[in-house]
Amino acid sequence: MAEREQKHRTPERSDSQETANDESTQGVGDQGERNDKLKADLDDLLDEIDEVLEENAEEFVRNYVQKGGQ
Amino acid sequence: MAVAKLIGIETEYGIISGGPESDPITTSTLLVNAYASGLAHHIGWDFEDESPGRDARGAPRPGSLAPMVETHLANAVLTNGARFYVDHAHPEYSSPECATPLEAVLYDRAGEEVLRLAMAAAKERYPAAPEIVVYKNNSDTKGNSYGTHENYLLSRDVAFVDVVAGIVPHLVTRQIFCGAGKIGAETPVFDEVPDYQISQRSEFFEEIVGLETTLKRPIVNTRDEPHSDAQRYRRLHLILGDANMADVSTYLKLGTTALLLAMLEDGALPSDDISLRDPVKAVRSISADPTLRCCVETEGGRQLRALDIQLVLCDATAKYVESEGGTALGDTSIAADVVRRWQETLEALEHNPDSLISQVDWIAKKRILDAFQDRHSLDPGDSKLRAMDLQYHDLRPERSLSERVGLERLVSKEAIVEATTKPPRTTRAWFRGSCLARFPQEVVSANWDSLVFDLGSDPLRRVPMMDPLRGTAEHTEQLLREVRSAQELVARLET
Repeated sequence: MAEREQKHRTPERSDSQETANDESTQGVGDQGERNDKLKADLDDLLDEIDEVLEENAEEFVRNYVQKGGQ
Repeated sequence: MAVAKLIGIETEYGIISGGPESDPITTSTLLVNAYASGLAHHIGWDFEDESPGRDARGAPRPGSLAPMVETHLANAVLTNGARFYVDHAHPEYSSPECATPLEAVLYDRAGEEVLRLAMAAAKERYPAAPEIVVYKNNSDTKGNSYGTHENYLLSRDVAFVDVVAGIVPHLVTRQIFCGAGKIGAETPVFDEVPDYQISQRSEFFEEIVGLETTLKRPIVNTRDEPHSDAQRYRRLHLILGDANMADVSTYLKLGTTALLLAMLEDGALPSDDISLRDPVKAVRSISADPTLRCCVETEGGRQLRALDIQLVLCDATAKYVESEGGTALGDTSIAADVVRRWQETLEALEHNPDSLISQVDWIAKKRILDAFQDRHSLDPGDSKLRAMDLQYHDLRPERSLSERVGLERLVSKEAIVEATTKPPRTTRAWFRGSCLARFPQEVVSANWDSLVFDLGSDPLRRVPMMDPLRGTAEHTEQLLREVRSAQELVARLET
């Protein structure tokens, strides 16, 4: 994980040296890291959903019937 | 001057137990009774003043169906001031009256906790029966919908026709930040069936204004049952909203609507051309477009996105709160906070909707559905995705998907647990809940605007609470501390 973050950081740092507008480039770098973090979180989340999802999804959905609501 | 925007939120929960052959009325009754029987003393609901058929527009409309009051089903009043009962074929929790949208979020979440405690109580009481499971959503994905109703205290001085004109543009467009999301469609109203909708409820609405709640559902409900002094107040009953799992969605839904109602009373609504030519069609087409690009036509012939209309409303509200303080929301810091979050949310919806995965239910749900579909290369109609759509709303922590997406929380777990038994201090719910806790033997029944005491030899004594702003902790805490009995309390109240 640390290695992957490092790989992503290196080119972004060189970008910022070439650009006058440090602030906006810094923003893009942060966004890249955030997206990586989000993707890793999402992978974990999908693993968890695989575990807790109703085993017989089709039957569960079919049986979920609610009548008489307002 | 706007009246205090007291807020209540009522949720009809989805319920299953075993297979489709189980009777939802019986299951709901078992659930409510399992919880109520665990309380110190079961106090019933008093139906004396119920009149859900009264129409805010005056005489009853020909052919209109007033909701039934079902007096025989399980019914309990809780010491937090809420009502927990069986409505039609669903367990329903009606929150106590709350003074701020944040307090309403707390008591809405306390309702979820009550339902979780009820599921546990039912399991303990009937260990051999199939597990009862409760869902906080609004449709069974097969064309059956059940509601999450909002209530707001309004001044009687505002004409009902102005309420409708003033609030409809917001009700139609606010779903972009408080829709709960769902796959596909369940009614034949769309020419082209959407893959995903922003709102669970929107497609079920067929009228702009009306009294019904189960058929021909209206965007603005005309039930004129103020549960308070009818000379001074209205209770605006809105049936359009989705049940939210995300605190921020609930907070914004209630906060923005309450502020706009205060502005209506103060004559501060924007005069821009944002009234919609066909609100019923607009509420559906906005729901059917998660790209947020679709336009709806205004009375003046302009084509606007839901976001454009929301920006107009939000800007006007920001100016109103800056000049008037927004004290109708109970606290000026709350009004300012609602506006700030509203602005940030609209900004994010415009530029980066995915960044709202922790704040907005339809975005959180869509994100996990899309990712799951990608990972397993599923067809859009796969039953696993449909199961996820339902399971997002499962109230069991071990199964709930919304518990897992990292939703931002505005209230703590400790505060929620406390709010299952303690009433809000800032409305008459405080007096209702405190009397129930203090005099469980003497309070024989309760409803929103009165308590009935049995003091022994005398006839039953009704204590009216016609002003929802009285009976607060500030008004009655001292009195309740001083009296030694229910007899003394009633005697002191009558002097």
